[in-house]
Amino acid sequence: METLNSLAQGFEVALTFQNLALALLGCFLGTIIGAMPGLGPSNGVAILIPLAFTLGLPATPALILLTSVYFGAMYGGRISSILINIPGDEPAMMSTLDGHPMAKQGRAGEALALSGLASFVGSFFATIGVAIFAPMLVKLALLFGPAEYFALFTLAFATLGGVSSRNQAKSAMAAALGLGIAMVGIDGSTGSQRFTFGSVHLLDGIDFLVAIVGLFAISEVLLFMEHRGEGSPIGTKLDRVTIPWATLKKCLASMARGTGIGFVAGVLPGAGASLGSFVAYTTEKRVSDRDKTFGHGDPRGLAAPEAGNNASAGGALIPMLSLGVPGSGTTAVLLAMLLTLNITPGPLLFAKNPDVVWGLIAALFIANFMLLAMNIPLVGLFVRVLQVPARWLMPAVAMISFVGIYGISGSTFDLLVMVGFGVAGYLLRKMDVPLVPIILGVLLGNQMEDNLRRALTISDGDWGILWGSPLAIGLWAFAILGFVAPLFFGRFVRPRAPETSDPD
Amino acid sequence: MIRSDRLLGAVCLVLGVAFIWGATRIQTGFIIDPLGPQTFPIIIGVVLASGSLWLLFRPDPDPVWPALAKAWEIAGAALVMIGYALTLEHLGFVVSTAIAGALLSWRLGSPPVGAIVAGVGISLGIYVIFHLVLGLSLAKGVLGF
Repeated sequence: METLNSLAQGFEVALTFQNLALALLGCFLGTIIGAMPGLGPSNGVAILIPLAFTLGLPATPALILLTSVYFGAMYGGRISSILINIPGDEPAMMSTLDGHPMAKQGRAGEALALSGLASFVGSFFATIGVAIFAPMLVKLALLFGPAEYFALFTLAFATLGGVSSRNQAKSAMAAALGLGIAMVGIDGSTGSQRFTFGSVHLLDGIDFLVAIVGLFAISEVLLFMEHRGEGSPIGTKLDRVTIPWATLKKCLASMARGTGIGFVAGVLPGAGASLGSFVAYTTEKRVSDRDKTFGHGDPRGLAAPEAGNNASAGGALIPMLSLGVPGSGTTAVLLAMLLTLNITPGPLLFAKNPDVVWGLIAALFIANFMLLAMNIPLVGLFVRVLQVPARWLMPAVAMISFVGIYGISGSTFDLLVMVGFGVAGYLLRKMDVPLVPIILGVLLGNQMEDNLRRALTISDGDWGILWGSPLAIGLWAFAILGFVAPLFFGRFVRPRAPETSDPD
Repeated sequence: MIRSDRLLGAVCLVLGVAFIWGATRIQTGFIIDPLGPQTFPIIIGVVLASGSLWLLFRPDPDPVWPALAKAWEIAGAALVMIGYALTLEHLGFVVSTAIAGALLSWRLGSPPVGAIVAGVGISLGIYVIFHLVLGLSLAKGVLGF
C-alpha cells in the first residue's frame, strides 16, 4: 500500500511536460546509442552526463533523462546484433546467436518485433521489481554501520572483478588503480595534501566524470581507429515488423524465465547485464533446445537473452539506489551523476528525496511504453540511423565528449587528463584489464576510506570492528567467495566478449 | 618479445611501490584520526603491487596488437585530441573543432573533401545545438566563437 502511494506521488513528478519530454528524448537517444556498434549504455550515458549537468537540470529530470538513455540503449543494442551480427553493446552479444540467423532467413522484422517485445517484458517487470525491492533493501541498509559499508564496498569490488575479467589479478589491479586515483587531492578529514605534486589542478582531486568519459568514450574512438574498415553494412531487407501468434505463444515462457534470471543477475552487485543475458540464454538452451534448433534462428533463443539483459538493467538500479553500490558499469556512471549533484543514494535518499526515487521509477514505467512504441512500429527509423558511417559518427562522439567536459570545468587541463585516460583505457582494454572496477574505484574511493576511518575511530583503532557484526562477517564471506569462485568457475560463467563492445 | 602482461606488471609494480612510498610521505597536520591519511593509500599500493607481481610470474597470452601502421594512426588520433585541447582556447570552439573533426574523419576513411565537410558539419552542428539552442558555454577564441 505504502509503495502504491509513493508510486502515485512519483507519477505526479514524472507526468510534467518537462519530465515526459526528457524521457522521450532519452529513450530516443538511448535507442540510437544502443544500436550503434561500439557505443553502448555506459559510454552513451557517460557522454551525456556532463551535458545534463551543464544544462543545469535538477536531480530528478537529469536522472530521468539518463536512465531513459540507459534503458533505451538496452533496447537498441539488439538492432545491430540482429541485422549485422555485431552486438550494439556487450549485453546484446547473446542476441546475435539466434537473432542474426533469423534475419538471414528473411525473418528480420519478426526478430526485431519479438526482441522488442522481450525487451519490454524484461524491462517492465524489472521496474516493478525495483518498486517492490528497493524499499525493502533500504530497510536492510539501515542496519549498516561504517564497518558494514566498508565490507560492502569490498564485496562490490570482489564480485565485479569476478565477472568482468578472466584474470582476477587484473581486476584487483584495476580496482587499486581506481582507488588510487580517488586518493589524489586534499584529504577531507585532516586537510593533508595527497599525491598532488604541488599542482593546483590536482588539489580538488581528479573529477570522476573526466575519468569516466576518457576511459569509456575516448578509448572507444581509439579502438574504432584500430578496427576501421571491419564489419559489414546492413544487407538484409526489413520485412513487416510483426510477430506471428504461434511464435509469440512459444516464446512467452522463455521471456518469463529470461526476465527472472536477468533480474537476479542485475541485483547482485557487479554481475550486470552481460551475465544476465548469458545465463538466460544458456538456461533457455538447456530447457527448450530439444530439436537442436538453437543457434539456427530459434526465436526462443532470442527472446530469453533479450528479456534477460533488459531485466538486469532494472535490477541493477536497486543496489545503486538503496545502498549506493552500483550493480553494473552503467549504474556506476549514473551514480557518478548523482554524486556530482550532491545526492548520496541510500536510505537517506529514500527518506529525504522520495520524489527523486519515485519520480524515477514512475518515469521508467512510462519510458518502457515509449520504448515499446519506438522499438516495434518505429524500428525502421533506427535501422536507417545505423547506416550513418562510423567515419562521421566517431569524430562527433569525440567532439561531444570534449564539449561536455569543457562545459563542466572550463579547463583545458581536464581535457588533457581526459585524453590521457582515453589512451590508458585503450591500452588496458587491449590487455583485458576491466575498466569498470577502475571507475568504481574512482567513484567510491573516498567513501570507502571514510567508512574505514570512521569505523576505526569508533573502535579507537581496533581493526576487529570490521568483522564485529554477523552482517559484516556475512558480507566478507560473500566478498571472499565472489573473488575466489570465478577462479574455478569463471570460464563457465563469462562469455568471451569482443574487446570493442561496451561494458554494460 | 617481452610479454605485454609482464610489461604491464612491471609498470604497475613501480607505480604501486611509488604509491606506497608517496603515501608514507604525506604530511599530517594536528587533527588526526586513528587511521590517518596514509594507511588506506598504503593498502591500495599493496593490492596494486601484489596484482602486478602475479602478472610478472603468470602473464596471460598476448592480445593482438595493431600493426605498426595502425598503431601510428592511433597515436596520431591521440595527438590530434591533445592538439585540440591545447589550441581550443586560442582558436575558439568552431575553428578547432572543425579541424580536429576533419582530421579524425579523414583518418577514419573519409575522402579529403568529405572529411572537411564532416568536420565543419560536426562543429557547426554542435555549435548550433549545444550553444545556440541549449545555451552551453563553449570556448571562445580570439575570433569570438
